[in-house]
Amino acid sequence: MSKDIFTKDNLQHFLISNAVPIIFIVLSVLAIPVSRFSGQYLVQEMLIRLSRDSFLVLSLLIPVMAGMGLNFGMVLGAMAGEIGLILITDWNIVGIQGMFLAMIISTPLAILLGWMCGAILNRAKGREMVTSFILGFFMNGVYQLVVLYGFGKIVPIRNPQLLLSRGFGIRNVTNLEGIRKCLDNLIPLNIGGVSVPIATFIVIGLFCLFVVWFKKTKLGQDMRAVGQDMDVARSAGIEVERTRIISIVISTVLACYGQIIFLQNIGTMNTYNSHEQAGMFAIAALLVGGASVAKATIPNVFLGVILFHLMFVVSPMAGKYLIGQAQLGEYFRVFVSYGIIAIALALHAWKRYKDKERARRSLRGNA
Amino acid sequence: MASLGPLLKMEGIGKTYFGNRVLKNVNFTLEKGEILGLVGENGAGKSTLMNILFGMQVIHETGGYEGRVLINNREIHFENPMNALEAGIGMVHQEFSLIPGFSAAENIVLNRESTRYNILVESFGERLKTLDRFKMKERAQAAIEKLNVQLNEETLVTEMPVGHKQFTEIAREIDKEQTQILVLDEPTAVLTESEADILLESMKRLSLLGIAIIFISHRLQEIMEICDKIIVLRDGEVVEETVPAQTSIKDIASHMVGRNIDSAFTRDSENLDRSSTKPILKVKNLWVDMPGETVRNVSLEIYRGEVFGIGGLAGQGKLGIANGIMGMFASGGTVSFENEEIILNDPRSALSKGLSAVFEDRRGVGLLLEEPISWNVTFTALQMQNKFLKSYLGGLLRIRDTRAINECTRYYIEALEIKCVSESQQVQELSGGNQQKVCLAKAFATRPKLLFVAEPTRGIDVGAKKVVLDTLKNYNKKYGTTIVMISSELEELRSICDRIAIVNEGKIAGILPATSESTEFGILMLGKVENGSESEKAS
Repeated sequence: MSKDIFTKDNLQHFLISNAVPIIFIVLSVLAIPVSRFSGQYLVQEMLIRLSRDSFLVLSLLIPVMAGMGLNFGMVLGAMAGEIGLILITDWNIVGIQGMFLAMIISTPLAILLGWMCGAILNRAKGREMVTSFILGFFMNGVYQLVVLYGFGKIVPIRNPQLLLSRGFGIRNVTNLEGIRKCLDNLIPLNIGGVSVPIATFIVIGLFCLFVVWFKKTKLGQDMRAVGQDMDVARSAGIEVERTRIISIVISTVLACYGQIIFLQNIGTMNTYNSHEQAGMFAIAALLVGGASVAKATIPNVFLGVILFHLMFVVSPMAGKYLIGQAQLGEYFRVFVSYGIIAIALALHAWKRYKDKERARRSLRGNA
Repeated sequence: MASLGPLLKMEGIGKTYFGNRVLKNVNFTLEKGEILGLVGENGAGKSTLMNILFGMQVIHETGGYEGRVLINNREIHFENPMNALEAGIGMVHQEFSLIPGFSAAENIVLNRESTRYNILVESFGERLKTLDRFKMKERAQAAIEKLNVQLNEETLVTEMPVGHKQFTEIAREIDKEQTQILVLDEPTAVLTESEADILLESMKRLSLLGIAIIFISHRLQEIMEICDKIIVLRDGEVVEETVPAQTSIKDIASHMVGRNIDSAFTRDSENLDRSSTKPILKVKNLWVDMPGETVRNVSLEIYRGEVFGIGGLAGQGKLGIANGIMGMFASGGTVSFENEEIILNDPRSALSKGLSAVFEDRRGVGLLLEEPISWNVTFTALQMQNKFLKSYLGGLLRIRDTRAINECTRYYIEALEIKCVSESQQVQELSGGNQQKVCLAKAFATRPKLLFVAEPTRGIDVGAKKVVLDTLKNYNKKYGTTIVMISSELEELRSICDRIAIVNEGKIAGILPATSESTEFGILMLGKVENGSESEKAS
């Protein structure tokens, strides 16, 4: 009898902790047949999106480990990456060399922004997520000031096609034709009509190895300690503030590279919006993959990217065949990404409450 | 060793906090491998003494300390706890400082992990060394072995019983090679009896290995069992330094609590002749999840018309009882009042049945600080019992009856001698004692049948204390209201209560008439004592 309750309790626990991915799997299973997409098409789409987004999502893992929640501040890294891309486009350095140059240019910028973000978040302990979210908005303003007024005036831009007709400020859309798919197509591979961006996957694979290795370092161990209990870590002599800043710096730099990989795949850049979407969609994807504010793993990343984008691809067509409205997909996109973040945060709070209640049962004495 | 002098010597230690003297001329020495028992009531100065030894920030921030601390005959000045750790002083705190998601081994070597070199260290520094998990495990095993306890180094802290958490913490101090002095602050408070026995055994082993131990405990039995030397602190002074062979638990207990009884707390004998034994409140198997004041299993009967005291040391759960019954914290068990069951976790249920409470946190939950006295006094009565309201249109519209409110407030201002300008003065402008009286007035205004009063005299001066206690006594006499008073000050309880229950480790250790010897209460407060405790427990 008691064993039955125990397993029921376990099942319930499993369902609660994995509620979000389960909802998405169910929705996908229902929507795929309705959308009438071929399997080959879906596989191709998923491969593209995995190569495009995984790096960005992976950059979120380390701050979660350090107990700083989901780093909405990753948009700062994305902005740094975009500035690098604007510059190499102006200098007309193309191909893989251009991409690397963009990374090199934007790295110091990303480190600076990450350090700043980390220092601010150290003053807002326990409220990291909302702080970094608002910080993203603030830095967006700074970014606009720099790109809209600084570029062409203070930072010399020679290519008139990049500039607005008034002579300074970057156009709304920046064409990245020079580096388009340069990494994806570096090593061409085609399996059964599905082209595989193998070089990008190698980079992502290396990144995963880095994360796994990083967890085994002293720094990684310190981050886990800081993430679980700052006071205990501090009393053991770990430099809590510094450790937290390092985690945000790493995340910001990686997000910067992630954004560059993302944009080389897309081939054009929405100068003033790309980074905003990057943060929102990466976080939503990670949460869809079953991660929480306190725990995120590499499998969460890949599962999340696949499920989240599967819904994106499938839902417009499913909507079209079901009710004759393709806009449903676009609506769904926004609805889902904000909604999922809200649900995940609420679930996290609820779960913590439940866990506390579980722990409390032991207090009843022999009643 | 003699040539080196004692391992630790504290000489003429004194400390004041904001003009309050908490330590006065404390002297003691500690030899290598010696176990020193440090006992004293809450507030006797034990924690302050240890904070000084550790160079805690709070000591520096409040103006440092008097006297000298010497280790191996060298005077030391610790800037912060890290210095103390480096000098070989290890501390095991009352609260566990363990990382919950880490294994025992990871916690034991926390921030002192064994690492391996790799090439990235050259460019990014020491912290990118990889962990040598095998070595970490070996070290953890070695430390656990020294303790001689059963503890799997792979177990996560979250999955451990409390006893193992305690062992993990001690193992961490042992793993530090330089540790010479180990301070254990109430290590057995959270342990079961058998776990405590194992811990005591481990402590003996450690002392044989040459580690000196300062053992702080309320369980005198344990102190007697393992200490080489016992120091009793009372009101910041060493009142007794002795060895177990020359003393007894009773002696120590009386040294701890036996202070000169303040004349403010002398007891009127007229209170004694109350013979009603009709229970008004029955509590059975109550548990309350109040952080820091966990109640585990309390069963009680409180008689109609009596003043019932609940005492005990801080953190043992005495405050939790009232908070649980009044629905302030998650709780379970059965509580019935006048044979009607009170629904727990619902403050309205208790209030509507005629229970009322004045909580210890008067600024937080007791008062609306920015409102006038009159509002504060009548607020609960108005909200819960629809008093002080004028009805119009057959009850559809109800308006505050300002005149009645002011009248009622003026009555209490006079009756309780609340010093204020008028009933419309803001509560935050009053002194602590007068705020406390407003709290009482607020509770009285609901005309409760039973009133809980938690720590009514905390933070107010002696004169005001007397008025507050007299007020309670008079109210009880005049209206026959049952009063349950919860206080850490035993003498205070003894001055107005009929019976006093002592809470220890979330359970009732015993209930005694207030006229009993203070030593008997002292023994109950200290928990398990073998000789003579059985009869008291039964009562």
